[in-house]
Amino acid sequence: MMNFDYVRPASVADAIAEASEKGATYLASGTNLLDLMKGGVSRPSRLVDVTRLPGLDRIEHLADGGLRIGALVRNADLAHDADFARNYPAIAEALLSGASAQLRNAATVGGNLMQRTRCAYFYDAGSACNRRWPGAGCDALKGENRLHAVLGWSEGCIATHPSDFCVPLVGLDAVVEIEGKGGRRELPLEALHRLPGETPERETALERGDLIVALRLPTEAKNFAGHSRYIKVRERTSYAFAVVSAAAALRIEDGKIREARLALGGVAAKPWRARGAEQVLAGAAPDAAVYREAARAALADAKPSGDNAFKIELAQRIVVRALTLAAAGTPDRIPALPGSPFSSVAGA
Amino acid sequence: MTVELNLTRDPAHLRHGSNIGQPLRRTDGALKVTGKARYAADNHPPGMVYAVIATSCIARGRVTALCVDAAKRHPGVIDVMTPAHKPELAEDPDAKGNPFAFRMELLQSDEVRYANQAIAVVIAETLEAATEGAALLSPRYQVEIARVGLDAGETYVPPAVGIGHPAEVRHGDIDAGLAAASKRIDATYETPAQYHNAMEPHAIVAVWDGDRLFIDTPSQGMAMAQMRIAGLFGIPPANIHINSPFLGGGFGSKGLVSGPQVLGVMAAKLVGRPVKLVLRRSQMYGPVGHRPPTRQRIRIGTGDDGLLTALEHEARITTSSFDDFYEPAADASHTLYASPAIRTAHQAVRVDTGTPLFMRAPGEATGSIALESAIDEAAFACGIDPLEFRLKNYAEVEPTTGKPFSSKALRQCYAKAAERFGWAGRPLQPKQMRDENGFLVGWGMGTATFPALMFQGNARAVIRADGRGVMESGAHDMGQGAWTALTQISADALALDLDQISFLSGTSDLPDAGIAGGSAHTATVGAAIHNAGAAVIAKLAELATSDERSPLFGAGNAGVVARAGRLHRRDDDARSESYAEILARAGVAEVEASGTGAADPAAQSQYAMHAHGAVFAEVKVDPELGQIRATRLVGAFAAGRIINPLMVRSQLYGGMIWGLSFALHEEAVMDKRSGRILNANLAEYHVPVNADVPPMEVITVDEHDPHVNPLGIKGVGEIGITGSAGAVANAVFHATGIRVRNFPIKIEEVVMGLGG
Amino acid sequence: MNLPISLTINGVRREIALDDPRVTLLDLLRERLDLTGTKKGCDRGQCGACTILVDGRRINSCLALAVSHDGAEIVTIEGVGRGDQLHPVQAAFIAHDGFQCGFCTPGQIMSGIGLIREGQAGDDPERVRECMSGNLCRCGAYQGITEAVLEAQADINAKNTAKQRRSA
Repeated sequence: MMNFDYVRPASVADAIAEASEKGATYLASGTNLLDLMKGGVSRPSRLVDVTRLPGLDRIEHLADGGLRIGALVRNADLAHDADFARNYPAIAEALLSGASAQLRNAATVGGNLMQRTRCAYFYDAGSACNRRWPGAGCDALKGENRLHAVLGWSEGCIATHPSDFCVPLVGLDAVVEIEGKGGRRELPLEALHRLPGETPERETALERGDLIVALRLPTEAKNFAGHSRYIKVRERTSYAFAVVSAAAALRIEDGKIREARLALGGVAAKPWRARGAEQVLAGAAPDAAVYREAARAALADAKPSGDNAFKIELAQRIVVRALTLAAAGTPDRIPALPGSPFSSVAGA
Repeated sequence: MTVELNLTRDPAHLRHGSNIGQPLRRTDGALKVTGKARYAADNHPPGMVYAVIATSCIARGRVTALCVDAAKRHPGVIDVMTPAHKPELAEDPDAKGNPFAFRMELLQSDEVRYANQAIAVVIAETLEAATEGAALLSPRYQVEIARVGLDAGETYVPPAVGIGHPAEVRHGDIDAGLAAASKRIDATYETPAQYHNAMEPHAIVAVWDGDRLFIDTPSQGMAMAQMRIAGLFGIPPANIHINSPFLGGGFGSKGLVSGPQVLGVMAAKLVGRPVKLVLRRSQMYGPVGHRPPTRQRIRIGTGDDGLLTALEHEARITTSSFDDFYEPAADASHTLYASPAIRTAHQAVRVDTGTPLFMRAPGEATGSIALESAIDEAAFACGIDPLEFRLKNYAEVEPTTGKPFSSKALRQCYAKAAERFGWAGRPLQPKQMRDENGFLVGWGMGTATFPALMFQGNARAVIRADGRGVMESGAHDMGQGAWTALTQISADALALDLDQISFLSGTSDLPDAGIAGGSAHTATVGAAIHNAGAAVIAKLAELATSDERSPLFGAGNAGVVARAGRLHRRDDDARSESYAEILARAGVAEVEASGTGAADPAAQSQYAMHAHGAVFAEVKVDPELGQIRATRLVGAFAAGRIINPLMVRSQLYGGMIWGLSFALHEEAVMDKRSGRILNANLAEYHVPVNADVPPMEVITVDEHDPHVNPLGIKGVGEIGITGSAGAVANAVFHATGIRVRNFPIKIEEVVMGLGG
Repeated sequence: MNLPISLTINGVRREIALDDPRVTLLDLLRERLDLTGTKKGCDRGQCGACTILVDGRRINSCLALAVSHDGAEIVTIEGVGRGDQLHPVQAAFIAHDGFQCGFCTPGQIMSGIGLIREGQAGDDPERVRECMSGNLCRCGAYQGITEAVLEAQADINAKNTAKQRRSA
């Protein structure tokens, strides 16, 4: 690990000032950053420790019925907050399906949003990677890429975003509150992560010095509490990144889907909101045929970036499964194996 | 003098039985659960500094430049060891002094022969400084195209496979057997490169004192490590003191001292201070061995009656570009199934990786998953239940040699495990079973087998004036429970209660216990202990029976029997004397004797010696998403005498989980262009986590084997993988109807195979 | 760089003159404070061998910078027993043979203690398996680990109930 200056500012303003210099980066719990630093992928010259910043570790119920989650709230605390799990069950399930209990105890909400790809070529210092080294090329493109992106990728980068948490969040229109040199601003979470295009190295919409201070869920996000699921296919039962995942949230009234939210994980460089599928579902009766149509719509623009055509088929099936399970109703308690297909019934 | 003869002629049971066979808890348990067990990297001698290896990121070529100055400028860095700046070695690390001397990279040149090879070592006052110093070396390379995978180049027939086994074995006429068959299977299976990934990374703390060397390092074979290091540094083996009381897992990767461990010794010599060197997890994917990838073609012929007419098993394996280790994958077909014609053959390809090495059930594991899959395919083709098919083709004698088995309770294993599992009534056709939640359910089985091996080991027994006993042997406990099992054997060998003896182990200063490998350690060292115990009691008996003041005087040909710290006349049990009394009267402080355990060549030439087992697996498969979960594993094993049922069960569980992992999880993924392993970590090199492991059950079937060794032990460390891997794979077929022949079974094969 | 920090480790407050911000809690414990019960298996948050309790919560100490934890309360495997008396989780690991090589064991035990405190698994073996999945065991002692955690939890809960009854 390269040596670095360590600073622990007392206020958000000081933090922004400290982090506005080239080479500086924020340190929250460090569960991803330290991993990247140990791997030589990230070599910051200054760490700005934000873990003690006051006021960022609260979950606040807003007057308008929304929820504001401080950036320093720990993943485990959020998932185990009884109100939160009741109102936003798919998010809680996604949180608990990610990483391990130890990592969830440490990882923060803000840090999780900034989690970087697990693409092996990104991690492998000997490989060409446009994210690490703009213009270097992408060794994943003709490499071992069975788990890479099928949506929104470019010749410059076919990496996927690894987060589980972000998948239901984009589905539920989460908003990110950012403090920066220019003051406070907001961004839909969907706009935080960028698709690679010509500039894969620009992973998010944040500018130097920008600090995520909170995540906000709008009032409507609660409306889906009765019909929400997060389903994640993995290569082992737990403690593994998603091959493909889906968050489905439905508002069902009078036997009709009034409103649907659908997002996919593991398919693109960002958590993927499937608006086309949502349109298919809106107003329809909740049945298998419409789920399949929605699944086709969700993956309509998908194309393999390598040896991964199966992910397009798998993603469609997981969409159908997530919708089926969501329609069947949110379970009373988060299942023993959160996100696992084996926690629920099979068959669509 | 007949006493010793009398004693050793006793059936082992006579004295062995009071402690042996008891489910004793681990003698080192309290140390391990409190964190007090000191593993190699836990040592910190005064003045110690840290060494960190810089490794190559190319798989083939040369290092053309290293920024040594940049590393040296980093605060805390003491020195940088490179090919140009290192202690002289007394021996070329590429010399092949014996078949177990594998070539190692000790900075002898700037050549790179695989990714993750050591190219320099940075020594610093702190771990942090050494780590960053290694990164600052920023090597430049002259890169050559890497040879990767089973199709990397010309194949050749290896001179031998495994430990000196012929690359090809023929029994009967394969072509005739296949021609005569009414049904034929011709299937090709692939298994990936796998890495041992013991939880404890290879580590060494090395301290030089003149030409004496003190080492803390995990070793499955301290005496061999001593010899190798002695040769490399030109000092007598006796000058090298290795401490290895606890290994954080070995699985074969700590059987032979590895290059990085020797680099730690060199670094200590270079800077003249104690050095600690610990491999990073990623650095364990290269210099410390692995299981090579295999491609195995199996052809099976069967008659209308379901009897085999031919079994052919061909394996292609890789080895490194610079050394020879040949995974004997096809040899798995030598012993299990009766067939008038059996042929096994191996071909090898040289690739730019570290040299593959022994990894838990080397050959047996890779071969077993292919063979058990093929047998399942053959049974299915014949329309016969897989268990019935195996029973039809049960080998009453070892098929390739015609030798009788020293013991073989496989039929009982099949019966007990099948009954426990509830195998009866299993539908023959796949994709017939669903659980209440709609998941596909499949049941599969496999036969387990592993040879009952013996190496050579020694022990020294002492009986002290106070009547207590000491047993010493430089044995190795890598988790299998050697401390505990060997303590039990020691107590029985000395005819003392457990609390009356001390068992000393885990250092090279004690008698050479051979190597902890081949599932042979308990058998080998156990035999040595048994013989040492018999010898020391014989000495004690001689003291007593030749002394007219002893109640045992004149026992003569009748002899004496040792029991609970006393010797009794065999013909008059009431006449006895305690060890302490015998020694006190003789005025002797202690008696000591040594014993050796080794294979009996006569028995080996007469009998085929193997442990056996049967494993039944249930898996559930998501019918749309393709994710697989094992939900039940039941195994029954016949492995001779069981010393400690608790440890044995744990060993067998562990092996079965490795089998499950082989079928469903683990695989090293290599970039075909660079030859670098892309998942050289524990996040993406998937070993099973707790949630992957289903409820398991192990049944041990009693086997009395008077031929394998004095204690009748066959070993249980590796057999659990065999059979299990195939059972899980076969269960996946039974659940889905999809026969996946590339392991591990990947989600896409199931997803695409299951249709929409 | 002089970075004095203060930590309470196994109940003892320690002032530590840290000279390097790169030091993780794991390396601090192991290499500078001779608390080597906590193990390094991967150093990247992928195996759980380094699990300790920080302010009562189980975390991977390999991914925690010591300097960032100034003031924290830390419990390691060395601090869970009372004198010679084993913690119920430790005792249960021995009874159920929840380990073989023992290298992952301190992390497993700390994780088990953390899990019991979290109170999320109840007596459901499936939840215990899931919640212990952040601790790899290459020897494959998982069945014993699960049994040990369940038994220790029942034991601890029974004792707590008895204590409450006595005080009521």
